[in-house]
Amino acid sequence: MEYFLIVFSAIFVNNIVLAQFLGICPFLGVSGKVSTSVGMGGAVMFVMTLATIVTYIIQYYILIPFGISYMQTISYILVIASLVQMVEIILKKISPALYQALGVFLPLITTNCAILGVAILVIQNEFNLLESVIFAVANALGFTLAIWIFSGIREQLEIMDLPKGMKGVPAALLIAGLLSMAFMGFAGIV
Amino acid sequence: MPPILPGKHLWKEESMTNKDIFKRGLIKENAVFVQLLGMCPVLGVTSTAINGLGMGLATTFVLIMSSIVVSLVKSFIPDKVRIPAFIVIIASFVTVVDLVMAGFFPGLHEQLGLFIPLIVVNCLVLGRAEAFGSKNTPFKAVLDGLGMGLGFTLALVLLGSMREILGSLSLFGLKFVEADGILIFVLAPGAFIALGFLIAIINVLKKRFA
Repeated sequence: MEYFLIVFSAIFVNNIVLAQFLGICPFLGVSGKVSTSVGMGGAVMFVMTLATIVTYIIQYYILIPFGISYMQTISYILVIASLVQMVEIILKKISPALYQALGVFLPLITTNCAILGVAILVIQNEFNLLESVIFAVANALGFTLAIWIFSGIREQLEIMDLPKGMKGVPAALLIAGLLSMAFMGFAGIV
Repeated sequence: MPPILPGKHLWKEESMTNKDIFKRGLIKENAVFVQLLGMCPVLGVTSTAINGLGMGLATTFVLIMSSIVVSLVKSFIPDKVRIPAFIVIIASFVTVVDLVMAGFFPGLHEQLGLFIPLIVVNCLVLGRAEAFGSKNTPFKAVLDGLGMGLGFTLALVLLGSMREILGSLSLFGLKFVEADGILIFVLAPGAFIALGFLIAIINVLKKRFA
């Protein structure tokens, strides 16, 4: 039940994009087409889960025992940046098919604040390792869900006749606002 | 949004005077309204004007300091590892801001919360370090950082004021009417909607005065 609550609240109630405003750059930037947005979601899930596990280990086995918690930001971002590089190299070697699907998104993920955000949130919420992994996967699912719905609407938006000033980003932001409002409806459930 | 925008400049770099470098970040190439960079804090912390101002100034500090250091060390850093090196430089200044803010402005620090360490991954900061700081002299880098940072702050304060006025009928914490505002503007959806309209208004104005 506890785990179910973590999953449900991460996907719907505190959706990482629509309620917490993390990962807005890819949300606005890579949401032109449904297929690319799903690819981005997959890449985020992959890196987010790995990064959360690694930063969790670093926090509890290196930073805290040595009393250097103030190094959190620097060490985390370095770990994430090198992890992304490593994943890219390994994927290229092991699974060219997966690399073809996710490759273009990987460099963009280093500056996706959702990854660093979730790594820090896990520590702030004092989760254990299993809870952290579940939290990371659920947040990635929430990200994928949000960007998937959003890109579907944006594809339709392209063919709409809008006032000149509203075309493009402003209309997309309004849609994001309406989506966020819809997700607020889940707030009463948990 | 790609983190680095190669050569996306409206004016030629070489022919720019110092004044132009400072000025373009304010409005013409405003980070938020025109380049759409660093959107997470823009939406996340602007429920009040004060929070917007605090976040804007913190980002400006990181932007200026990291630009200076990047432009000073640019010739020592091998090209292949320049991005990780820039990230370390930026992360150091973010840690400084984080600790200073926690010490001197604990209230604001709590309000901004997660978004302070996340200045590290603000595409604007890395984007300026890569596109400008790594190619220009420290003095020009300061001007560029100051202009871009103030433009970013301007956008945050503008959006924060708009949301605070509509949402809670107050500005910078001063309530001017004893009534309830439109609550949705303080909540998450209001951030998207307010920014959407703000960009639309700016688009229309830009066309009219162009």
